Amino acid sequence: MSTTMTHDAGHHEEHPTGIKRWLFTTNHKDIGTLYLWFSFTMFLIGGTFALVIRAELFEPGLQIVNPQFFNMMTTMHGLVMIFGAIMPGFVGLANWQIPLMVGAPDMALPRMNNWSFWLLPFAATMLVAPMFMGAHFMDGNGPWFGWTFYAPLSLQYNHLAYFVFAIHLLGISSIMGAINIIATILNMRAPGMTLMKMPLFVWTWLITAFLLIAVMPVLAGCVTMLLTDKYFGTSFFNAAGGGDPVLFQHVFWFFGHPEVYIMILPAFGIVSQIIPTFARKKLFGYSSMVYATASIAFLSFIVWAHHMFTVGMPVAGELFFMYATVLIAVPTGVKVFNWVATMWRGSMTFEPPMLWAISFVFLFTIGGLSGIMLAVVPADVQYQDTYFVVAHFHYVLVTGALFGIIGAVYYWLPKWTGNMYSDKLAKWHFWLSLVSVNLTFFPMHFTGLAGMPRRYADYPLEFTRFNQWSSVGAFIFGFSQLLLLILVIKCIRGGQKATSEVWEGAEGLEWTVPSPAPYHTFAIAPEVK
Amino acid sequence: MSESHGGYYLPQPSYWPLVGSVGLFLALGGFAHFLVDHGSPLWMISGFVILAIMMFGWFGTVIHESGSGAYNAQVDRSFRMGMAWFIFSEVMFFAAFFGALFYMRIFAEPWLGGASNNFFTHQWLYPDYVAHWPSNGPGTVGGKFGQMPAWGLPAINTLILLSSGVTVTWAHWGLKKNNRGQLILGLFMTVALGALFVGLQAFEYHHAYTELNLKLSTGAYGSTFFMLTGFHGLHVTIGAIMLLVVLLRSVKGHFSPHHHFAFEAAAWYWHFVDVVWLGLFIFVYWLA
Amino acid sequence: MSVSNYKKTARRLLGAALLLGSGQALAERFNFQPPVTPVAHDIYGLHMMTFWICVAIAIVVFGAMFYSIFKHRKSQGAVAANFHENTKLEVLWTIVPFVILVVVAIPATKTLLYLENTSDAALTVKVTGIQWKWKYEYVDHDNNDANNVSFISTILPDQIAASSSGNSARIDKLNTPEHPYLLTVDHDLVLPINERIRFLVTGNDVIHSFFIPQFGIKKDAIPGYVNETWAEIQKPGVYYGQCAELCGKDHAFMPIVVRAVSKADFAAWMTKKKAEAVKAAEEASSNKVWKLADLIKKGNEIYHGKGGCFGCHGANGLGGGPFPALKGSKVATGPVAKHLHTVIFGVAGTPMQAFGKQLNNLELAAVITYERNAWGNNTGDAVQPKDVAAARKAP
Ligand code: HEA
Ligand code: HEA
Ligand code: HEC
Ligand code: CUA
Ligand SMILES: [Cu+2]
Repeated sequence: MSTTMTHDAGHHEEHPTGIKRWLFTTNHKDIGTLYLWFSFTMFLIGGTFALVIRAELFEPGLQIVNPQFFNMMTTMHGLVMIFGAIMPGFVGLANWQIPLMVGAPDMALPRMNNWSFWLLPFAATMLVAPMFMGAHFMDGNGPWFGWTFYAPLSLQYNHLAYFVFAIHLLGISSIMGAINIIATILNMRAPGMTLMKMPLFVWTWLITAFLLIAVMPVLAGCVTMLLTDKYFGTSFFNAAGGGDPVLFQHVFWFFGHPEVYIMILPAFGIVSQIIPTFARKKLFGYSSMVYATASIAFLSFIVWAHHMFTVGMPVAGELFFMYATVLIAVPTGVKVFNWVATMWRGSMTFEPPMLWAISFVFLFTIGGLSGIMLAVVPADVQYQDTYFVVAHFHYVLVTGALFGIIGAVYYWLPKWTGNMYSDKLAKWHFWLSLVSVNLTFFPMHFTGLAGMPRRYADYPLEFTRFNQWSSVGAFIFGFSQLLLLILVIKCIRGGQKATSEVWEGAEGLEWTVPSPAPYHTFAIAPEVK
Repeated sequence: MSESHGGYYLPQPSYWPLVGSVGLFLALGGFAHFLVDHGSPLWMISGFVILAIMMFGWFGTVIHESGSGAYNAQVDRSFRMGMAWFIFSEVMFFAAFFGALFYMRIFAEPWLGGASNNFFTHQWLYPDYVAHWPSNGPGTVGGKFGQMPAWGLPAINTLILLSSGVTVTWAHWGLKKNNRGQLILGLFMTVALGALFVGLQAFEYHHAYTELNLKLSTGAYGSTFFMLTGFHGLHVTIGAIMLLVVLLRSVKGHFSPHHHFAFEAAAWYWHFVDVVWLGLFIFVYWLA
Repeated sequence: MSVSNYKKTARRLLGAALLLGSGQALAERFNFQPPVTPVAHDIYGLHMMTFWICVAIAIVVFGAMFYSIFKHRKSQGAVAANFHENTKLEVLWTIVPFVILVVVAIPATKTLLYLENTSDAALTVKVTGIQWKWKYEYVDHDNNDANNVSFISTILPDQIAASSSGNSARIDKLNTPEHPYLLTVDHDLVLPINERIRFLVTGNDVIHSFFIPQFGIKKDAIPGYVNETWAEIQKPGVYYGQCAELCGKDHAFMPIVVRAVSKADFAAWMTKKKAEAVKAAEEASSNKVWKLADLIKKGNEIYHGKGGCFGCHGANGLGGGPFPALKGSKVATGPVAKHLHTVIFGVAGTPMQAFGKQLNNLELAAVITYERNAWGNNTGDAVQPKDVAAARKAP
């Protein structure tokens, strides 16, 4: 892709400074930065909750917290990671990169963009506030019913309304963010950038945004029904009134399953950017990548009940959802094979972004394959709600979504800050993470197969050993992430100056602007040939 | 004040979004405080007041910018896409409640009556229960109730909404022909029909509560009936307010035949509300 | 890790080596627990099949990837090739996975149909998940409730006490092969071997899940609906399960213990249980007036045992978090009628259950008396079974 572009730095550089810059900003780069810092903060908070879980599970017996508090940790860990860390992380990347990658001066609706972000801290506050609302903090007054908040369990929760409205706020933020991304991609592309010339990160985000707009409102409906069941006497989830607790799960997973693809598709896009760069070879099968992403998105709407194979659905339903679910392996396989084929006979180097991308392909595939095992209904009867599931989803979420985000940060950080980061620190971060993440989550497959149910504050002695491995790994992994924090701060403060292109094999519009990318870019649209 | 970049208008930093966040936070947090802790509703009310102020301020800014000619066709397209996808999200919100309705009618009710793999559900828990619809379940939650007939008020309301769809289109024609009289009259009739609709629905609710013993807490039927029609009614109200603002702006002469995004956005919204009503009329009233 | 932990680990490793293959619960395992029903066997086979297929796929994909990583690197002088499409290849790697999936789906479908066919049961057991205990009812074929044997199975309080002490030495001491830690209940679910047993699973308050790994069953206990599953146990023995759906605070403390015995032993056990049930019913319905001390003693047992009250309100009546203290509570020290009503009918929308369905009149009278006279609640009230009987009828 070659471009002709004019860039007039200097003239538009003035922008407000101090706190006002961040509170009132309408600039996609500022907002992207805010999102990314928010995401990282929430990651540390959610991770701290995970460390409480892992510390408690280090050995049998309750050494640190009581069961109620433990449940709260599990719940808040899941919620904070998903809604606080991963989703805003991807939106932050979208904010920074999409305008740069499609040659737009900014997001389509910059003021709304600010609103999407600034709702998040308020939503997060509302989410965690109930933790501090009881007589004693250690009683566990925050949400304690699992991130899936199944009725009727969640209906027993005293502070339910706060939780419901926190989800509403998060949903409003996500929907507005997604609308903005769609409008930017569909309306703001530089002349010549046809849909089938868009970088894959842009493509995957376009489809992700569509998923968001389609399912976040369903989640909103879901929590609203919970609210009215609790406070206004409706009977959606109450059999006596003609409702069904399982209805809750259908509505929730109609949101929940597409949600997991919301958390992986942008990572697919990132990996599809990184691998060609460092293999110095064009992405293999560009158009099949696009169609595969679209197929995954489509299928994601008809597989939700694979989370519900033990609720007593009629057999026909179980069969349908099993068949539909395993089908997802086909388009996902296409993506994996395309990545491998891109590396094949390339000229590879292994800078930090590439390391993360390769381990993404490796470890995400492991998570995907255990997903296929889960989809086989009779076997899922054994796996369901055990640590085998926990292992599965951490492979796709941590070594999938999270590794994708970290890879993206390593890939684009020089573009954002104008400085190269410390290679040595990056390598330490990577290798420590890689080893410890597997130490944490691989043994969970075994604890799960042996029959340890998830969301357990205490467990029989036979599960001790693997839990100890997991706990040790979790602490190493957690503290290794502080290296990333140090690396980023150092990189912001200085370092070897980055060129516009940054990486030898990098292609795309974002590499045509200087590093750091000026406050306003593409004031005059570049021409894409 | 406008800052134009190669034609695409990029707004200055703005405090309205933050005000909006504070407003929403207070409104919802205050509502929760009210529900959970039986706290004072003042928090919630102040939140909604702040939200209203935010809307005035934000839309006022947009109208000002638009009036000063800052927006080119591309900006206009962004607005259109924004509105269209927002309406799509609303469609999905209603889909959740329609889904709940269909699930209860098609699955849960028959299962409680022993269908499919629920022979024992019926035999053990509700041996005397015969599945039917409309129903408030085997526990007759909320007590005996009367069904809302389709061919009374609801049918009239259908006519009202359908004609309001016509009047708003007629107003649009007027706008396009630069016939301000037609525009204003059309809009006025639309808003009036909308208000009439809401009024009749309030009447219907009153009837349901006082004479039919049909309440929000009347089991599955009451839950779905009031949640669906209630959220719809809320959307009609919002749509009517939007149209009212457009009407006032029309009176002020804000719109030109080629440049009237606000009008179109409100009109799309109105049509969406219309279509949802048709779904409601068929599945909630008629085929009940 | 403390020294005792190292010793424990070493012991356990030794144990693992010794017990390898014998299916002992303490052996560390990398795979499912040994199946003991036909369904569990089928599931095991299916699981291993999909597992090996996944391994094969992984070898192919990762093999290609690592080959490329080692061979096609710049430092090895690799020069990037120019291709970026190959229709034949792409069609191939769309079709092959599809075929593999069909291969998986066929046995999966068969096993599923087998698993979900609950007909022709010789014995039916109704299982109700209650926060945080299981209720079992042996249902007679004539479906006459009067002939049913039923009981509630709760984890032993010493397990919970050891757990919350967090003291691993104490836990180790408690843990014996017959009574494994956290897997020990007051009443085992006794079942005959070599018979088709149908489980009808339902929930009382929230969703629980009836999970016994070695039987290959897991069925959610949904309040207001009854789910079915089945098992035919092939070997006598003790089998353990745990609740597998988050159900609140003590989700980790509602184990399932099945004792599978021969048909003859089962019949004998049944007869004994029926006799006990008749006796208990007589005792509860007799008009005998009980002494305060006797009621308190019995109530103490129920509070800390069968009733499971201590699970929420605490062994010392102090409650915690969302659970109110009973010590000095207005209900437990105020009018008896309100107390009776709370315990018999529960508090809707809270975990406080309607114990009228779980306990008989004598038991209710006892536990209420206990609560009114323990922890310094010195009301001196002795609630009698007939008071409970009257309260049951009250509106
Ligand atoms: C990013 C998130 C993410 C992703 C991408 C996935 C991907 C998949 N997931 Fe996962 N899943 C979760 C997040 C995710 N999941 C979470 C969070 C839960 C738990 C929720 C909760 O209960 O809290 C969960 C739970 C979950 C369950 C329910 C388990 C249970 O509770 O009993 C199931 C069951 O079918 C499942 C299946 C799958 C499948 C089939 C895929 C597929 O998309 C995977 C496809 C990929 C591959 C298969 C690998 C690459 C393909 C090839 C190399 C081609 C060749 C392969 C074959 C022919 C097999 N997942
Ligand atoms: C996208 C999401 C995501 C991510 C990144 C993670 C990351 C981790 N998760 Fe989890 N997890 C979920 C999503 C995620 N998880 C979900 C959805 C559930 C299900 C919840 C439910 O059942 O409802 C779950 C459940 C879950 C469980 C099961 C709990 C249970 O069933 O009871 C466990 C147990 O080990 C676990 C562990 C971990 C660990 C060790 C990490 C590690 O990767 C974390 C790394 C640690 C850190 C990053 C800490 C860093 C902090 C510091 C070093 C301190 C510094 C402090 C300050 C500066 C303040 N997670
Ligand atoms: C699963 C948890 C749980 C169990 C088990 C339980 N309770 Fe409760 N109990 C509660 C909760 C929660 C409340 C508070 C209900 C409310 O909000 O009013 C409560 C309230 C009460 C009260 C009223 C206290 C007050 O001051 O309001 C009494 C008395 C009581 N329970 C007795 C018992 C007895 C007797 C048992 C055992 C036979 C028992 N409870 C078992 C959860 C439980
Ligand atoms: Cu009962 Cu978990
Ligand atoms: Cu899923």
